Amino acid sequence: MKKILSVFLVPVFALLFSLNAKSESLTLGWAAWDPANALQELSKEFTAETGVEMNFEFVPWPNFAERMLNELNNQGKTFDLLIGDSQWIGQGAEYGHYVKLNEFFDANGISMDDFNPATVYAYSTWPKGSPNYYALPAMGDALAWAYRKDWFDRPELQAEFKGKHGYDLGVPKTWDELYDMCTFFQGREIDGQVRYGAAINTERGSEGITMGVTAAMYAWGMQYENPDKAYDMDGYFNSDASVEAVEFYRKMYEDCAPPGHSDAYMVANLDAYKSGQVAFQMNWYAFWPGVSKEDSDGRVSGFFANPCQNVCAATLGGQGISVVKYSDKQDLALEYMKWFAKPDIQQKWWDLGGYSCHMDVLGSPDFVDSAVYAQGFLDSMGIVKDFWQEPTFVELMLPMQERIHDYVVNGKGSAKEALDKIIDDWTEVFEDDGKI
Amino acid sequence: MKSAVKKFKGLSDKAIAWIFIAPTLILLLAINIYPLIYAIRMSFTNFYANKIGREVKFVGLKNYKKILGKEEIWEKMQITAHFVCWTLVLQALIGLGLALLLNKKFKGNELLTTLIVLPMMLSPAVVGVFWTYLYNPQVGLFNYVVNFFYDFGIFDMIGSSTLAPWSIVIVDTWMWTPFTMLICLAGLRSIPNYLYEAAEVDRASKWQQFIHITLPSVLPFLLLALLFRGIENFKMFDLVAELTSGGPGSATELASINLKREAFEKWKTGYSSAFAVILFVTIFGFGNVYVKVMNKIKDR
Repeated sequence: MKKILSVFLVPVFALLFSLNAKSESLTLGWAAWDPANALQELSKEFTAETGVEMNFEFVPWPNFAERMLNELNNQGKTFDLLIGDSQWIGQGAEYGHYVKLNEFFDANGISMDDFNPATVYAYSTWPKGSPNYYALPAMGDALAWAYRKDWFDRPELQAEFKGKHGYDLGVPKTWDELYDMCTFFQGREIDGQVRYGAAINTERGSEGITMGVTAAMYAWGMQYENPDKAYDMDGYFNSDASVEAVEFYRKMYEDCAPPGHSDAYMVANLDAYKSGQVAFQMNWYAFWPGVSKEDSDGRVSGFFANPCQNVCAATLGGQGISVVKYSDKQDLALEYMKWFAKPDIQQKWWDLGGYSCHMDVLGSPDFVDSAVYAQGFLDSMGIVKDFWQEPTFVELMLPMQERIHDYVVNGKGSAKEALDKIIDDWTEVFEDDGKI
Repeated sequence: MKSAVKKFKGLSDKAIAWIFIAPTLILLLAINIYPLIYAIRMSFTNFYANKIGREVKFVGLKNYKKILGKEEIWEKMQITAHFVCWTLVLQALIGLGLALLLNKKFKGNELLTTLIVLPMMLSPAVVGVFWTYLYNPQVGLFNYVVNFFYDFGIFDMIGSSTLAPWSIVIVDTWMWTPFTMLICLAGLRSIPNYLYEAAEVDRASKWQQFIHITLPSVLPFLLLALLFRGIENFKMFDLVAELTSGGPGSATELASINLKREAFEKWKTGYSSAFAVILFVTIFGFGNVYVKVMNKIKDR
């Protein structure tokens, strides 16, 4: 009997023991994209160092905000750590979803001065610019452009373009030049296939078209509100320059986008580019390591920051990493954050394809030459602008998505009407929120 | 068996009936009635489910007034009406036509029936996704087929505000016509043969037989199918959300898609509860009128 018992009980105890040994674990939530895979790879080192197992839930972008914000609003315990969009910081702080990190940073010698100031401002602070930190800058990002360098390098195309426009076919310095180049490629047959100008953001459901159109609006000098009077938007958001930018974006959609590109965002733009349909794609820096990896000799693709127009500016992407207030493992989550903030880990993060915001990485003499898009990334991070980061940002985002899509893709009304209606919608949101 | 009978001894028939009904009744109250009452209560407040700690105030009919006075809500209702009406008309005509065809005996009848009913076995979300590929202007099969018959050139079903409302009508019709067809087929197969034999004896033409025998017999079945489809399409969400996300702009933003955005993206819980109540009352009202009309037709 003893023998029988030992035969059964030994493996059971061994199993329980091994489960107990691995019982410490953390769950991190982020969007499902290339950098998430890089982080998963990087985190193996954390597990090796600490024995804490890392679990990940990566949600596809179209559902990312909805899934994560639902989880936070329901005070769910699924995630210990969350890499949330920059616009969520207001909500995370004001509704108490994120742990305030000041004390932890002070106690562990983590200084926000060690991180790129634009990323600290955008990803970590609430109220904006105040020394109240709710996230550690995790993934710097901005909207940028990739172009088919191999097509641009063809002498016959260069000659034809110069003959037509009087300047060289190359990286566009302004949106006007970008338009010239896009239309140059639109419908052109190259290597026996019809090509198109540019894959730009037109997605309706989440944030796509807003992120795209604001890339133009920022370059035209758009401001959301009166700098001297908060939430005073009339004459700023719907200024003549803003109207011109929105009209320009529609012109880009009509004259440069491939057929059927009416509800496209990150993956659709990437697909259109990779399949050789378009000369340009608008996308986040996060995707460039993937594009670059497939082009080892750098002959096919080139990258550049958002072109200037009246001013130089770029749409901010990227995220900070936060500890979820409802997690039962806050201490462990903070340990992960402490580990992630180390300069050597930040360097590895960049090497694996993540966009570190740490100044040791960005300021390293080798950084600019470490990737073909590194200089563009540095340039962009100096000129980034973000959408409202108010706690009500979703309520602010949705009407903009609808109105802009209605004008740009649907061709309904005028740009001025669209912007005026957005201001009406936003005013209602701010009034309801007690801000005005 | 005897012991089971013994256990019920002393209980009246009514009590036994209640025991059997009670679980269903409790579930119904918990899952349907309670949330309905709760939603009605919330519709009179300014409640936001995501604003924890914010004071919830009673706002009376403010949400209802706001919704009914909003031009955009009426636009969504018009888009919904366009979708519901056209899908019902097309599904009634094509469904009845297919049922008449499949009611004939021919080789391969059963295989054809199986193939025709396949679309309704699929998940609406999946259908929505794969039709986005079929509608792709560059590589989509739909555009290829249309251009095969007449050269329209490149056209974008989903990206055009004129075509997008029809794109969702086409997909829903493709998916759910088999349902109407099956119910009509059941109706056709229940018509006794002697009616047609008697009509032939009376030298009635095929058209007269259809008008005086087939159509009146199958009409109650068809109306029932349309009732189900009407209710479903009034609430349509998944297929359209995947296919167009309500776009371009708001060209295909049905009432239910707008409701979801208000409730679970903007988190305007009080406001969206009021909207949900309005939609519920509308569909309930239409449904009741329809059933009364249907019963009158049946009684004739």
